[in-house]
Amino acid sequence: MTVKVITVGEDILGANEEKAKANKSRLDKHEVLTVNMMSSPGAGKTSLIMSTIHRMKEKVRIAVIEGDVASSVDADKVSEQGIPVVQINTAGGCHLDANMVESALNSLPLEDTDLLLIENVGNLICPNAFVLGEDRRVMISSLPEGDDKPLKYPAMFADTDVVLLNKIDLQPHLDFNTDAFKKMVTGLNSDVIIFPVSCKTGEGLEAWFSWLESAVKGKKDR
Amino acid sequence: MHEYSITESMLSMALEKANEANASRITRINLVTGELSGVVSECVQFYFEHISKDTIASGAELSFEMKPTRVRCRRCEAVFSPNNHDWSCPDCHEAGIEIVSGRECYMESIEVE
Ligand SMILES: Nc1nc2c(ncn2[C@@H]2O[C@H](COP(=O)(O)OP(=O)(O)OP(=O)(O)O)[C@@H](O)[C@H]2O)c(=O)[nH]1
Ligand SMILES: [Mg+2]
Ligand SMILES: [Zn+2]
Ligand SMILES: [Zn+2]
Repeated sequence: MTVKVITVGEDILGANEEKAKANKSRLDKHEVLTVNMMSSPGAGKTSLIMSTIHRMKEKVRIAVIEGDVASSVDADKVSEQGIPVVQINTAGGCHLDANMVESALNSLPLEDTDLLLIENVGNLICPNAFVLGEDRRVMISSLPEGDDKPLKYPAMFADTDVVLLNKIDLQPHLDFNTDAFKKMVTGLNSDVIIFPVSCKTGEGLEAWFSWLESAVKGKKDR
Repeated sequence: MHEYSITESMLSMALEKANEANASRITRINLVTGELSGVVSECVQFYFEHISKDTIASGAELSFEMKPTRVRCRRCEAVFSPNNHDWSCPDCHEAGIEIVSGRECYMESIEVE
């Protein structure tokens, strides 16, 4: 038998990217601004989603997809606010993929939604490689994690549109160097917008809300 | 981190390409993975042996070419390997860089009979 070499040259995650494109055009059709929120466990994804719901739900119709390894605690919090939410349990999996999001979209009222917030699984490596069909990528990095995170997870910081630097209320207790952090992040990503915030005190959140509001508006005005 | 799903996608891609070429067996799969992709080759190998068992890729050798992280200075365009603590340009000390390699995760080729 002769051995034959077949050149492939294709991205292993190409199928996910195709599916993400389909999700994107579906969300575009309904003019839903979709935000993929990524962070390490406990950085404050759910807290930010809750603050955003409280502040914006009178003006903007919000829906949420909660990715979680096993529990539904985060989804329950959102649901209590009367917000449509779909829980995706990844059964130990470390990221959401476009396929999971596609089925979640089937259970959401897309025609009555302006903003879809997707809480990805808490992990700083692989959610970055799996696009979901989002318009914007938002990373949450929090002070207790330390200011060297951009050097440890450079690809994630390089690809995000926004970095929410959360838990700034804890600054007096930590030796987090915000200037060094910002310098590293902008070094990796010249277009990034950084919002220092605290979900606990509310500091800095108004800037995030107005950014989000104009992004929602931008999607309608396309 | 997500080697199982990577392995599944990789196997189905290889089977599809082999099928298009009317091959009866896949003997080798050549993969390229970057340092930043987080893909652990040992894990892929482990899952592959398991899920390829009843396919024409069973027993195929997996080859991994590991691409190190390389970045380009946005000011002087020098390309360099960043060190752990410092990603600024060794030539002009500019902090702004872009990642040029290290994120790869693709199938270069397959060898079939
Ligand atoms: N001090 C302080 N604590 C905060 C802040 N934001 C969130 N927390 C706390 O941090 C913990 C984790 O917050 P979550 O919002 O659940 O974080 P998460 O990223 O959704 O976590 P996982 O879903 O488990 O990955 C909770 O105990 C929050 O009360 C903040 O701005 N300051
Ligand atoms: Mg959460
Ligand atoms: Zn993963
Ligand atoms: Zn330079």
